[in-house]
Amino acid sequence: MTVLDATIERLGTDDATGYTTFQLGSFTFRRDEYFAHVSWPKGNHIIEVDRFLRAMVRDIGWGFFYGWIFFDDVFGTTNHYGTVDVFAGSYDRGCKEAGIDHLETFTADAVSEAFTTISQDWISEGYDPLNAPLETGTPIGPKGAERTDPLLRAFIAADRMLGLPGDKPVRSDASGFPVNRAFADLDFDTPDIECEPGFEGQLHAINLFDHIARSDVTWNPSISAVSRANICCVTSEEHMLPVIHGNDRNEWFIQLSDEIHWNIADKNTGAPRGRIEMKAGDVCAMPADIRHQGFSPKRSMLMVMENGTPGLEQRYASGELKPYPVDFG
Amino acid sequence: MAYKTRTGSLDAYEKGVIELDDDLRKYAFSNVFEVAGKAAPYERVAVVQNLEYVAEVVRADGDSPWYATPHDEFAIVMDGEVTFRFVQLQDDQVPGHEGGAVRLGAEPNGPRMGRVTARKGHQVLLPKGAAYQLSSGSPSVVLIQTGDGPETVKRWNDICVLKEA
Repeated sequence: MTVLDATIERLGTDDATGYTTFQLGSFTFRRDEYFAHVSWPKGNHIIEVDRFLRAMVRDIGWGFFYGWIFFDDVFGTTNHYGTVDVFAGSYDRGCKEAGIDHLETFTADAVSEAFTTISQDWISEGYDPLNAPLETGTPIGPKGAERTDPLLRAFIAADRMLGLPGDKPVRSDASGFPVNRAFADLDFDTPDIECEPGFEGQLHAINLFDHIARSDVTWNPSISAVSRANICCVTSEEHMLPVIHGNDRNEWFIQLSDEIHWNIADKNTGAPRGRIEMKAGDVCAMPADIRHQGFSPKRSMLMVMENGTPGLEQRYASGELKPYPVDFG
Repeated sequence: MAYKTRTGSLDAYEKGVIELDDDLRKYAFSNVFEVAGKAAPYERVAVVQNLEYVAEVVRADGDSPWYATPHDEFAIVMDGEVTFRFVQLQDDQVPGHEGGAVRLGAEPNGPRMGRVTARKGHQVLLPKGAAYQLSSGSPSVVLIQTGDGPETVKRWNDICVLKEA
């Protein structure tokens, strides 16, 4: 694998729309009023700009996440934890057969800088791609005023557990996170903690549902609890996951409230395998050989269990570990 | 627009569907309320397995045995109300096995640290270095993030959807 020593370059600004065109390696990125255009030496691809930007800001915020992030069936990234592949058509049967697929590997820092630069130029005031569509404006049209608030919100990653002294705080009214409109029907109380003298502050509990209900972003997990490499993430989901995720390891979904519909496809070819409809209390593994995309008709609460053991992606890729998690005997 | 949030309970839950042209065992699809509804009190039934890590569903009803682990665990109450009592362990009492909960014969003889009473949606730290006991006056459901250990019960064939409906 050759890691290209390339960084983002500005190729010029369109006088009519005000948007800048960029180049990273041999990929160019241009947008017009409605669409993002990705080009490479052998091909061109068009993506609706809302979807492109929703995918791009999450990809940066997640640190390229685990494995494959498909912006759509053609374009995306693969995380190698230090380096990142940017690909077009590499996991699409049609592009492969036509011989127009293309993949380049960069340092993670170079891709992060590139995607951040593109996002900052292409996102204007009044539009936040991390918000649900009902809660933000539109990205279509010519360039508007530059946003001055934080464009990207990365993972909130607890070191041990949210709310512990010195760890990441739980969301609250006081910290600027009101309960989302979709969870206004829930009553949120706090756990009762009674410590014996001498053990004050040594017991800990939070209202996790309250924390999730106050999330101002969608499809953007936060880590609530970690023990060794056993990671519990929680997230609020509304509308559609703006990427298709192909994990490099097994992960598990636990539906805490409402429902999410998942489309499942083969990771390497994109061939559909079917669908899973998860309702509150349902648990389902996402095997390491699939790609999945979720659709949440009402804002819902989802828990994701990950194994963050370093090097796990290589053990799955080599075939040492099976791409599914449970041995039924 | 007024929204109605659905969270599920032992008495009222609706299971989803899995329709795949694939071996459904790869997805190990289950439901925590269904699993708890069919479990004996304080069986720790695995519904998630990530190699050496698991999430266990527990039907809390009455008093549990005392447990301890060589690492932190985290419990989320999914239905009902559960009280967690904690006793501090001496260093030589902290279990040294690889992971997951072990059952203790009785309440340890260390100092009592206190208790946490948690209800639906609450997440409780079960810290390394403390033994704990769960109590509930009525059937409740707890999901525990832990390691695959001697108390972990695995009956995937019974709890998972193996064929499309």
